[in-house]
Amino acid sequence: MNALKKYLGLVWIVLGPLAIHYLLQTASSEIAKKPGNDTMIQWGVFITVFYPIAIGFILFGLYALEGNYDHIPEKSAELVDYESKPL
Amino acid sequence: MSDQDKTKGIWKVIGASSLGTLIEWYDFYIFGSLAVVIANQFFPKTNPTAALLSTLATFAAGFIVRPFGALVFGRLGDLVGRKYTFLLTLVLMGGSTFAIGCIPSYESIGFIAPILVLVFRLIQGLALGGEYGGAATYVAEHAPVNRRGYFTSWIQTTATLGLFISLGVILMTRHFLDADQAKSIAKFNDWGWRIPFWISSLLVLVSIYIRLRMAESPMYTKLKSEGKTSVNPLKESFGHKANLKMVLLALFGATMGQGVVWYTGQFYAQSFIENVCKVEFDQSRTILIWGILFATPFFVVFATLSDKIGRKWIMLSGMFLAIISYNYLFTSLYNIADSKQKTEIVANTKIETTIKVIPNSTDSIRKIVTKSYFTDGMSMVNTKTDTAYSTSGKITKKPVVAISKTLSSSDYWKMVGIVFILILYVTLVYGPIAAFLVELFPTKIRYTSMSLPYHIGNGVFGGLTPFIATLLTTIYVDNKIVGLMYPIIIATVCLVIGAVYISNRIDPEVDQ
Repeated sequence: MNALKKYLGLVWIVLGPLAIHYLLQTASSEIAKKPGNDTMIQWGVFITVFYPIAIGFILFGLYALEGNYDHIPEKSAELVDYESKPL
Repeated sequence: MSDQDKTKGIWKVIGASSLGTLIEWYDFYIFGSLAVVIANQFFPKTNPTAALLSTLATFAAGFIVRPFGALVFGRLGDLVGRKYTFLLTLVLMGGSTFAIGCIPSYESIGFIAPILVLVFRLIQGLALGGEYGGAATYVAEHAPVNRRGYFTSWIQTTATLGLFISLGVILMTRHFLDADQAKSIAKFNDWGWRIPFWISSLLVLVSIYIRLRMAESPMYTKLKSEGKTSVNPLKESFGHKANLKMVLLALFGATMGQGVVWYTGQFYAQSFIENVCKVEFDQSRTILIWGILFATPFFVVFATLSDKIGRKWIMLSGMFLAIISYNYLFTSLYNIADSKQKTEIVANTKIETTIKVIPNSTDSIRKIVTKSYFTDGMSMVNTKTDTAYSTSGKITKKPVVAISKTLSSSDYWKMVGIVFILILYVTLVYGPIAAFLVELFPTKIRYTSMSLPYHIGNGVFGGLTPFIATLLTTIYVDNKIVGLMYPIIIATVCLVIGAVYISNRIDPEVDQ
C-alpha cells in the first residue's frame, strides 16, 4: 500500500500543473469569446482560488512521494506537538 | 469526567451550537435564494457598475471570503477560545443580515445601496467561514470520545436545515402578503423580500442569549489552564509539515468530494429542476423541501454508524454512489418533465396574445402565452415575448421565451424520490465529516486546522458547482447533463485519495 501511495504521488504532482494549464486556457478562450466585466471577474475568481489549491495539490503529491503518508495517525495520542517539528 | 456526566450537559451544548449555526446557514442562503429579487432592488442591469458589484457579491462572498473567515476566526478560536469566537461570528452574521434587509433600494440612495450590500455580504461570508469550525469543535470537545460522530451530527444537520428553513420562509412570505397570489408576489418582490432578513435578527438575539450562558469547551479550558494553548495557530497549522500534510489530506481526501456531493445534491439539483427541466418556481422548491425533510434524519444515522465502523468508508461510499449514479438520476429528472415524451391534449391548448404599445413609440410589446395540457396531468405555459414593429418586414431576431411546467402529482413525487436519493448521498458524505475533521487535529490548533480545508472543500469546490456546471452546459449545449462532469471528476479524484491515504480510525482515546 505504501508503494501505491508513493507512485500515486507522482500522478498528483503531474495533475496540479495540468489543472492550472487547463484553467488558464479555458479562461483565456472564454474571456476572448465573451469579453466583459462579468466574465473577467468570474474567471479572475476561478484562477485566484484554484491556483493556490493546485499548488497545494502538487505539495500533497510531493509529500506522498516522500512517504509522509506511509503512516497516518491511528490514535489521538499520535497527534504530535507540531511546534517542535517545523516544516 | 465520565462519559455519562459529559452526556448530561451535552444536549444544552448541542442546542446552543446548532441553533446558532442553523441561523448562520439560513442567513447565508436567503441572500442566494433571493438573488434575483435583490439584484432588481440593488443591482440594476442597465448600470454596468452596479452589475459589476452584483457579480462581486455573488462570487467573492462564497469563494474567497469564506476561507479567509476560516483563517481569521480559526486563529482567534485557538487563541482566545471557541465560545467567544463563534459568538462573534453569530453577531457579525446576524448584524449584516439584518442590515441587508434595511438598506434602501438603488432607486432611493443610488450607488451607496449596492456598495453596502456588497460590504455586508462579504461580512456574511467571513462570519460563515468562522462559524462552522467553532461549532463542530465546541460540540466535539464536549462529547464523549466514543460518540463524537453522533453528537456532532446535529451540527451537520444545520446546513441542510438552514436551506430548508430559508426556502420555507421565502415561499410562505411570498404567498401570504395578500389574498390575491399575483398581488402577494408583487408585494414580495417590492418590499416583502426584506421580511426573511428581519426574521433572522430575532433568531440571532435568542441564539446570542443562549450562547452567552454556555461555558467554554472543557478540553480548551484544560489546555488554557495548563498554559498549553497555541501562540501562533496559523504557523503551527500550516507551517509544520506534520500538520500541513493532514490539512492537505483532509481537503483532497475528504472535504473536496464532500463539498461537490453536497452542492450537487441540493443546489444544483434545485437549479437543474427549475432551469433545465423548467419546473415552475414553487414546485421546484417544494420538491427540495420534501427531499430534505425525508433525508435529514440520515445525517444522524450515518454519523452514529461512523462511531461504530469508522468514518472513512461511510464518506467514501457516498462519493462512490454519487459518481456511478448521478448521470442516471439527473437524466431521470429530465425525462420526468420532458414534454416530448408525453402526449399533449391538443384540443385543450389555449393561446392568448396581448399587445401593449410602447410609450412614445409606434412599436408594441407582443406577448403570446400558450397553455398546453398533457394526458399524464402535466401542464406547460410557454410565454413568448417579442417586439411587434410598425415597420413592415422588421421582426425581433430572438424573442424571449419562458417555459414553466407544473408536474402531475405522481411525477412530482417521483422527483421528490430522486432528490431524496441525492440528499441521502449528502448525508453519507457530510454526516461523519465533523467528527472526522476534529479527530484529525490536536486541540490547540483544531479550530484553525479544520476550518480551512472545510471551507475550501465546501466554499470553493462545492460552492462553485452550480456555476461550473451551468458554464459547461453553455459550452456543450446539446448535452443537458454535461454539468455533472465537474462534480463527478472532483469526487472521483477525492475518492481515490481518500481510499488510499485516509485511515479508518475510530479513536477511543481522544483527549489531547
